[in-house]
Amino acid sequence: MSSEALKTAYVEEVIEGLPAGAVTGRESFRDQWAVVVRSEALGEVMEALRDRWGFRYLIDVTAVDFHPRSPRFQVVYHLWCHERNALLRVKTWVESDPPSVPSMTALWATANWHERECFDLFGIHFDGHPDLRRILLPESWEGHPLRKDYPTEGPDWDVD
Amino acid sequence: MGELTERLILNVGPQHPSTHGVLRVVVELEGEVIVRCRPDIGYLHRGIEKLMESKTYHQCLPLTDRIDYLAGSANNLGFVLAVEKLLGIEVPPRARYLRVIVAEMTRISSHLFWLATHAHDLGAMTPLFYTFREREQLMDLFEAVAGGRLFPCYFRIGGVARDVPNGWTEAVREFCRTFPEKMKDYETLLTKNPIWIKRTKGVGVLTVDEVLDYGLSGPVARGSGIAWDVRRSDPYCGYEEFDFIVPTGENGDTYDRYLVRLEEMRQSARIILQALDRLPSGDIAVDDPTIAYPPKVDVFTKIESLIQHFLLVEEGIRPPKGEVFHHTEAPKGELGFYIVSDGSSHPFRVKVRTPSFVNLQVLSKMAEGRLLADLIALIGTIDIVLADVDR
Repeated sequence: MSSEALKTAYVEEVIEGLPAGAVTGRESFRDQWAVVVRSEALGEVMEALRDRWGFRYLIDVTAVDFHPRSPRFQVVYHLWCHERNALLRVKTWVESDPPSVPSMTALWATANWHERECFDLFGIHFDGHPDLRRILLPESWEGHPLRKDYPTEGPDWDVD
Repeated sequence: MGELTERLILNVGPQHPSTHGVLRVVVELEGEVIVRCRPDIGYLHRGIEKLMESKTYHQCLPLTDRIDYLAGSANNLGFVLAVEKLLGIEVPPRARYLRVIVAEMTRISSHLFWLATHAHDLGAMTPLFYTFREREQLMDLFEAVAGGRLFPCYFRIGGVARDVPNGWTEAVREFCRTFPEKMKDYETLLTKNPIWIKRTKGVGVLTVDEVLDYGLSGPVARGSGIAWDVRRSDPYCGYEEFDFIVPTGENGDTYDRYLVRLEEMRQSARIILQALDRLPSGDIAVDDPTIAYPPKVDVFTKIESLIQHFLLVEEGIRPPKGEVFHHTEAPKGELGFYIVSDGSSHPFRVKVRTPSFVNLQVLSKMAEGRLLADLIALIGTIDIVLADVDR
């Protein structure tokens, strides 16, 4: 088997091995796999991926706003396994209002700033985060610019 | 004594010569020892991710230069590869090789700038004059091939902007041939310099577990002995065809990271020489009128090319619906682009995972319990650019 095929086989094996009730969907596009996980089970799934399947490296945490669809936000995690050189994308829909998902700071220290950025630009709360403040924008800023209903020109821009 | 000491809160930055841009670090001091250290970022936030959502894919490209302005081409490369993955296309071999050459030149140029400022921050002024001598040559080479020095924007979705001018490959070869000799100038000034060793050895030690926990990448991870290099672990642009070493350190301190970056510059020069030796001839962009711009001379002389150019400018390219993540080894670490496409000519969402943002987070961890003077060494050793942190 080629190294690409081995990687794909490993990721497929990992997805099969995840707790059955936690996974609600899976997607594959351009040789990259994504699993959609229920947000209540996120902590459990991530811990299994880190400790059991060797995905020790959390590359990135971000979100996508699908306004006006409901549920609106999707939080996206990219994980890397150094031993297998495998990439896995974990996604979860944010169903609650105000939007919130469990924080991954207990599993990875790097999640701290990523989640603060997500909070700052999307207004998604991360439960259990030790220091959830704005990170890029000033403390006094109103609104969350990466939301789709936030105008690119800024909120107080008058075209006339 | 301990109870009588009052804590002093000190703002380092946002305007401070050794913070490499507008970084503010709030430090709590007990005497000269840092008790608490809190980086405050965002002064250079330009909302690049938001801007990209209202631009066509080609229009996004010049924005990526500005993410890490010391390594413009490295950012271009990350973005064009992500879009190409989304489109499912492969660029012609000549474009691939030219990309490797320019990307590795960018790595040398970025590392030279890092070495200059890092040494300068720690009181060694002379290396700056030597490294800028070489960096200037690289800037001239970027200008010759792309027209821009800091913002070359030479790579295009589907290939490169134009073929290289006459004599350019010889000039690059000459640079790479003489470069290892010139690196001896820097090494004689620093590697065995007792002051340099005192300021860097044992400072900011990171263990393997800390590197993994903090998601560190690039020379910062490799200094701690983790051979994590995207070029080797998840090859792109045909890096698996090149013979190069991924240098790693043993102690994970500032000195080891210095040695790692020096060796990386030598390896980059080796890669460029190999690429020049095997540089294929042929097309420099994919032959697909819905993706690549036609050559400029055809736009002025052929009606089909003019229409093709017009359509690409007006409507842009339309990748299929889907999402990709593509990472590359930028000079400062792992640079990732996560692009979500809804099938329209504008990206639905672009997330730029920059190495500086992630690596800077470990600063508090490294600085707490150490002297204030070490903070300057630590900011230097992470090798951040604030534009890269804030986007």
